[in-house]
Amino acid sequence: MSTSFLNRRDFLKTSAAAGAGLCIGFSLDASAFSDPAEEQEKKTPNPLNAWVRVTPDNHISLILGKSEMGQGVMTSLPMILAEELCVDWKNVTIEQAETNPEIYNLGTGGSGSVASSWLPLRRAGAAAREMLVATAAQRWNVNANTCVAKNGGVLHGARKNFLTYGELAQDAAKRPVPNFNTVPLKNSDDFTIVGHDTRRVETNLKTTGAAKFGIDSRPAGLQYAVVARCPVFGGKAASFDATKAKAVKGVQQVFAIERVDAGSFSAGGVVVVADNSWAAIQGRKALSIQWEEGPSANESSDSLRKQFMENVAKPGKLVRNDGDADAALGSAAKKIEAVYELPFAAHACMEPMNCTVHIRPDRAEAWIPTQAPQWAQEVIAKVAGLPKESVTVHTTLMGGGFGRRYQADFAVEAAQVAKVTGKPVMVLWTREDDLQHDFYRPASYHRFQGALDGQGKVTAWKHFQTSTSIEAVWGDKGEANAEKSEFATAAFIPYQTPNFRVEYVLAKSGVPRAWWRSVEHSSSGFVVETFVDELAAAAGTDPLKFRLQLIGDDRKIPDFGDPKEGKPLDTARQKAVLKMAAEKAGWGSPLPKGVARGIAGYFSFESYTAAVAEVSVTDGAIHVERLVYVADCGRPINPDGIRAQVESAAIYGISAALHDAITINRGRVEQSNFNDYQMPRINETPKIEVHVVPSTEAPTGIGEPGLPVVAPAICNAVFALTGKRMRRLPIRKEDLA
Amino acid sequence: MAITFTLNGKSQTVDVSPDMPLLWVLRDTLNMTGTKFGCGMALCGACTVHVNGEATRSCITQVSTVAGKKVTTIEGISSDGSHAVQQAWMAEDVPQCGYCQSGQIMSAVALLSKKANPTDADIDDAMSGNICRCGTYQRIRKAIHRAASTQAGKTKNS
Repeated sequence: MSTSFLNRRDFLKTSAAAGAGLCIGFSLDASAFSDPAEEQEKKTPNPLNAWVRVTPDNHISLILGKSEMGQGVMTSLPMILAEELCVDWKNVTIEQAETNPEIYNLGTGGSGSVASSWLPLRRAGAAAREMLVATAAQRWNVNANTCVAKNGGVLHGARKNFLTYGELAQDAAKRPVPNFNTVPLKNSDDFTIVGHDTRRVETNLKTTGAAKFGIDSRPAGLQYAVVARCPVFGGKAASFDATKAKAVKGVQQVFAIERVDAGSFSAGGVVVVADNSWAAIQGRKALSIQWEEGPSANESSDSLRKQFMENVAKPGKLVRNDGDADAALGSAAKKIEAVYELPFAAHACMEPMNCTVHIRPDRAEAWIPTQAPQWAQEVIAKVAGLPKESVTVHTTLMGGGFGRRYQADFAVEAAQVAKVTGKPVMVLWTREDDLQHDFYRPASYHRFQGALDGQGKVTAWKHFQTSTSIEAVWGDKGEANAEKSEFATAAFIPYQTPNFRVEYVLAKSGVPRAWWRSVEHSSSGFVVETFVDELAAAAGTDPLKFRLQLIGDDRKIPDFGDPKEGKPLDTARQKAVLKMAAEKAGWGSPLPKGVARGIAGYFSFESYTAAVAEVSVTDGAIHVERLVYVADCGRPINPDGIRAQVESAAIYGISAALHDAITINRGRVEQSNFNDYQMPRINETPKIEVHVVPSTEAPTGIGEPGLPVVAPAICNAVFALTGKRMRRLPIRKEDLA
Repeated sequence: MAITFTLNGKSQTVDVSPDMPLLWVLRDTLNMTGTKFGCGMALCGACTVHVNGEATRSCITQVSTVAGKKVTTIEGISSDGSHAVQQAWMAEDVPQCGYCQSGQIMSAVALLSKKANPTDADIDDAMSGNICRCGTYQRIRKAIHRAASTQAGKTKNS
């Protein structure tokens, strides 16, 4: 696993302060993202229960051990199982795995599901197949190697016997489970499912209104609750008056819940419970609350920017220091300096956060749109005072995740409310709650310095970053290792330079932040691909040619932040996606007047992407006309699913380039809804062309890798068109003036 | 207060506050969860239903204002996903997370009821009120054109 997001360390946090309310300690140990096959060595689950369930009447279910948030794993992961199991794809149904950490690693994120599931699911499917074949062979009293698994059954050619899996499964499940490490896997030449465009399994549900999202959960007797949270981060309710709230028709209860710092970082606040969502929302409006704002009330985007500018003037913590960049800059023929700025960004899932919990004396049940059901299970268990095994978490479909639903805050709040009410209750977030109590993409400020020699070669590359680090909040060593979460590929760029210096200073902030789609790559991709473009311009060289020359020969560059487990950057694959994007876009061919092209290529989550953007500017507004993408994510499982993810990243990336800005004033988020946090609409959609590299390398992810190249490709196109460098996101009208 | 309206072809009476938005009457009182909550301010389109055939934001529509009117939700445009727009959505595999899609489909159906062969500009105008955070817009556009030709084909053949 590469990227800091996947390098899970132990988080064990305990509440130290007296009167902090609930003490939630939990452990998300390293094995949470380990290869499930490694966990097999501890205890091998029976694949004919854990992954494949077959009823006597031959109803075949494949178990999904990840969360479906639109990224397509509900289709792609079962495709892998179905392939090895040799079933007819049309005849399977998909079931969501129950939360059982003994068997499943349910955490879904880091574009890691396909990469981490590929071999384990193949092995599980193959093992189940072997058990079924062996059962048939035994029944027919023939050699297993004269039997063939086919179309959901076993065929014995010579005697033309055929038994369905339904007829075999009960006996097959009693057989010893084959060794996952040695079970024979299908030859990829024989794939009939993997590698083929496949419609999502849940598309029909999602077009008829039948799909049930977390917010649609309706256990009998459900109540609805909303939480009034202090608008200032870290603040709390000093006192409140619920008289008017309780008078709202439908309101049942009003009470306070404590913030939970340790691990879950929920805000706490005042809860209004009602018999319908509307009454709860109206009841909350009628609350009168005195807030104790706390120290973050002094924070603003202006104060943070001031801190950034002071930080870049300080000596930074050295992240990397090859050669002597300062000396090379001193003797450079040409020096290029650039400062880049990125704001906090919100996830803005279309389905606002919500969680439904029912706590009984001996057990608890929850319905959660979550990317981390095991974590939710743990925090609910802690609040309920129950063992984990007594908490059943149903992972629902979710209206977007993007990393936001990896959090436990909305789960712990719902547990706290359910503990008080003793009834099933949904804690519902409004759009304002969702935008103002997010875990944002960090704000960052980057100072780059580059040196070119007389031949246009890059002799120095200096990258100084200051940001509101994720690691400072979430890492086990916190601020001491703040830089770990902030660079990734920016610390092992494919661009060759003998003098390469990367430095970091942490910016202090009370603003919550965590994993936003593509995490640190959303900023690293922008700054690296813009800076290299600036160097190309300074060298007077075509941006594509410059990149290819600067990448240089074919080699594998180790993941600087994670050399042991991180996959190295294969420069051959990086160059290939750049070249292919350029070729597909007609790079160098004439364009209509008023349109220009920009290019960007990047390595993230073990995948390679490149994009060419065609951009025009009308009345000071940027219009992205066309985006030509190439994605190399290893062997494609569902090529149409990959195209869909890249199309998705295109829009998410346009949002980041042109719209996304969460600004802070007096310790609170200034934006509240889609009127002041604008999303791209259909009329802003470019023509998006996605080319999926038909690789045979191990499959890697695509949920996030499409994103980092969008903003730089657009900004590089704007430069080509106007001669103006966009160094601050989102691009504003005045930047183009 | 008892309010009666037609919901997906059947008479429906609810006893709720007259100012309760239709969205919450549908979702919480009637358990029709196909219509979604996204913003509560008519900015995102997730709550789009039809009132007397017109695309309407149910999150800001007080239920009293639909008394005596015909309300259609995503559950009502077909019993089985067979509406031309739904079929086109499936053929293009439009949804990703799917949360906005009820609203998208309702807006698309309303568009096609007014313009049988919409241009891209018509689609921009009619559909710009519906946000898709997963970015399925390109496929939405394709699916609308597809549904338009399917419906045109049916009209020709009938």
